[in-house]
Amino acid sequence: MERNPMRRQLAIMRQSLFDQGHVDEQFVQLEELQDDANPNFVEEVVTLYYRDSARIILNIEQALERKPFDFRKLDAYMHQFKGSSSSIGAKKVKAESTLFREYCKSGNGEGCMRSFQQLKKEYATLRKKLGAYFQLARQAGPVETASRPK
Amino acid sequence: MSGNGASSSSLNMISGEDVVNNNLTALVVDDSPLLRLLHDIHLKKYGLKVQVAENGKVAVDLFHLGASFDLVLMDKEMPVMNGVEATKELRAMGVTSMIVGVTSKDGPGEQQAFMEAGLDYCFEKPLTPEIISILLEELNKHNKKD
Repeated sequence: MERNPMRRQLAIMRQSLFDQGHVDEQFVQLEELQDDANPNFVEEVVTLYYRDSARIILNIEQALERKPFDFRKLDAYMHQFKGSSSSIGAKKVKAESTLFREYCKSGNGEGCMRSFQQLKKEYATLRKKLGAYFQLARQAGPVETASRPK
Repeated sequence: MSGNGASSSSLNMISGEDVVNNNLTALVVDDSPLLRLLHDIHLKKYGLKVQVAENGKVAVDLFHLGASFDLVLMDKEMPVMNGVEATKELRAMGVTSMIVGVTSKDGPGEQQAFMEAGLDYCFEKPLTPEIISILLEELNKHNKKD
C-alpha cells in the first residue's frame, strides 16, 4: 500500500483505468517494458499512438465524406487503427473498432457513422484519462515495478 | 490457429528464464512505428540486436545486400510489399531465418495463406513476452543443433 499520497492517488487512477475498461492487460505489458533505460516508455508509446491515430481518424473522416462509401477502404483504415489501439491496450476503443469493421463488412453505412462517432468519444475519453494519469505520474516520479490490476 | 497461440503444434510452453541471448539478431518488419518500437524494445530486453524495416521491400532489400537475421518478425499488411509477398521472396532467395508472422485478428483463411508463404509461426500482434520467450527458446535450440 502506497504511503506517499501522490503515489496513492496515482495507483487509484491506474486501477480505475482498468476497472472502467479503458485499458487491458496489454497496458500492463507496456509498463513492464519501462525501466531505467526507458523511463518514459509507456508515455512515448502512447504519444506515438496518438500521432498514428490522428492520421487514421482523419483518413476515416475524409472517407466517410465520400459517397458511396468505400467499405473496403474504411475497413482497411480501421484495421490499422484497431492494431494500434490493441498495442497500447485501449480496450474500449478496440471494441468500437471491431464493431465498425463489422458494419463495413455488412455494408452498413449508418452503422459505420454511428460507430465512428462513439469511437471518437471513447478515444477522447481515453486521451483525457491517460493525459491526467501521465501528468500525475511525472509529478510523482519513477515507479519501481508495474503491478497487475486487482 | 488464430489468437495469441502458435500456428504450429511444435512449440512447447517453456519458462523464459534462460533465453537472454546476446548473439541473436532480429529484424522487425512493420509499417506501424508504434509496433516497430514495441517489438524492438521487447526483443532488446532479451538481449537481441534489432533492426527495423517499414515494409516488406525494405526487408527483402536488406537480405539482398547481404544482411542476415536469426529472427524476422513480419507484419502481414504493409504498403509497397506486404508480409506474404516478402516472405515468399525471402524463402525463394534461400533465407532460412525463423520468420514469424504478426497479424491483427484475421480469419483462419488469411492466416493460412500467410503461413503457406513460408512462415515458421504466426501470432496475433503485439507479441507477448511469453510468446517471445518461446520463440527465443526455439531459436536457441535450433542454433545449438547447427
